[in-house]
Amino acid sequence: MAVSVPTSLAEAVSLLSGAPDSVVLAGGTDLMVEANSGHRQIASVIAIDRVPELRTWGVDVVRRNLWIGSGVPYSTVMQPGIASLVPALAQASRTVGSPQIRHVGTIGGNLGTCSPAGDTLPVLAALDARVHLASVSGERSVGFDEFMVGVKRTSRRPDELITGVTIPILNGWQGYSKVGVRNAMVIATASSCLAVDTDGRSVRIGLGSVGPVIIRCGEAEQWISGRVDWSELSVSNADVDEFGLRCGAAARPIDDHRSTAAYRRRAVEVLAARQLRRAFPNG
Amino acid sequence: MMHGLRKWGMMTSVISEISALVGHVLSGGYTVQITVNVNGTAQTSDVEPRQLLVHYVRETLGLTGTNVGCDTSSCGACTLHVNGQSTKSCTMLAVQADGQSVTTIEGIAKGDELHPMQKAFMENHGLQCGYCTPGMVMAAIGILDENPKPTEDEVRVALEGNLCRCTGYHNIVKSILACANG
Ligand SMILES: Cc1cc2nc3c(=O)[nH]c(=O)nc-3n(C[C@H](O)[C@H](O)[C@H](O)COP(=O)(O)OP(=O)(O)OC[C@H]3O[C@@H](n4cnc5c(N)ncnc54)[C@H](O)[C@@H]3O)c2cc1C
Ligand code: FES
Ligand code: FES
Repeated sequence: MAVSVPTSLAEAVSLLSGAPDSVVLAGGTDLMVEANSGHRQIASVIAIDRVPELRTWGVDVVRRNLWIGSGVPYSTVMQPGIASLVPALAQASRTVGSPQIRHVGTIGGNLGTCSPAGDTLPVLAALDARVHLASVSGERSVGFDEFMVGVKRTSRRPDELITGVTIPILNGWQGYSKVGVRNAMVIATASSCLAVDTDGRSVRIGLGSVGPVIIRCGEAEQWISGRVDWSELSVSNADVDEFGLRCGAAARPIDDHRSTAAYRRRAVEVLAARQLRRAFPNG
Repeated sequence: MMHGLRKWGMMTSVISEISALVGHVLSGGYTVQITVNVNGTAQTSDVEPRQLLVHYVRETLGLTGTNVGCDTSSCGACTLHVNGQSTKSCTMLAVQADGQSVTTIEGIAKGDELHPMQKAFMENHGLQCGYCTPGMVMAAIGILDENPKPTEDEVRVALEGNLCRCTGYHNIVKSILACANG
């Protein structure tokens, strides 16, 4: 196994484009686990944890966007700087693994693995984040819904490095909730990110672990956005319950070793209704 | 203080044989030179690129206080500090530590004077078999670095990455709170 440790973005990109069969190593909390258990044969590794450009984040005040480099670890996302702008992403990060995992595990790695249970993914989906990719032939960005195309499948080309994400900064409540078999170090059985855009008068919701990709509940979103009293910021109890049911109907859960489809659908109904009530405490 | 159960010791060596086998398949068969500041001393060694940080510390440097319980980043036995942050060394490559500073359980006492966290574990019966203890102590120091006066709940939550099969955690939490308040 060969390992390269580039120290600039240009170097990392040219290494990967020159050897697209290499695997990118960020925090290693997915990749090294696979390598140690013999599930993945790795010939050549490009370790990107020393690339400073990937470890930065910042705000574009004109576009009202937050940029987070792919190498930014969860422990940084949880700090007030990012947490105050996208609280749901900080909440999701807080549920990943343990402190040791959060010190090294990155957003880019969550995107690279792209498991339906990846905790940041429902947030990126609900907030209409864009994923930025770079190769020697240039840079491009895709919406999250075009990035994740299946269970652990993305539209990233092998020669492309994920450089980061841009996330619109919204006015309005947002939150992330996760159901698992216990509180600590658990992979989601079902998860949900609800985000309110009070300026655009819309409610968005992204569901994790209940389908091959993260599920946006377009129909339920449109319906509830039309039912909210935007001047009072209130919504009726009946509408809250109905919203939960509609989100549950949008989910595409399966039975597997972690749970059953029926349980997952019910979990979505409860999570969605609960989050909507938190977003609009007045009935 | 840090002796593992015989059974656990065996499990660990089986695991490292398996990963050595996997490594053999993966290995390019060459070494690279790295220099790591370990417990305050610069250490230069030739390592295989696939070598895990925990194996570098245990086998290359002979610092066997850091244990391996799982090698899937689950149990926390291998926790040490990289640049002051608690990190699981079973899922990091030694070459990634090149030029960085690493602190292991061997590096926290000042001569014969135990680190306050080690003392707190001793005084509060924070260990039984001791297998998880090096990782627990390193994680615990990390917890207080980030939150010097945690509540009991905060300690329990922050320990989520470290498993202990003996103590039921109660005395570990007590030890950390005692250290914070001592
Ligand atoms: C004990 C434990 C608990 C965990 N708990 C959770 C959890 O609760 N929730 C959760 O979502 N995940 C969890 N995970 C999985 C993992 O921590 C996350 O998916 C994490 O975000 C991976 O990031 P990383 O930096 O460690 O990625 P790595 O392991 O380094 O990489 C993961 C994948 O992404 C690719 N990749 C990484 N960066 C890039 C890049 N910049 N460009 C292109 N490809 C890239 C890699 O090639 C690899 O395929 C857990 C893992 C462990 C070991
Ligand atoms: S050996 Fe279990 S977490 Fe590293
Ligand atoms: S595992 Fe025995 S003391 Fe924790």
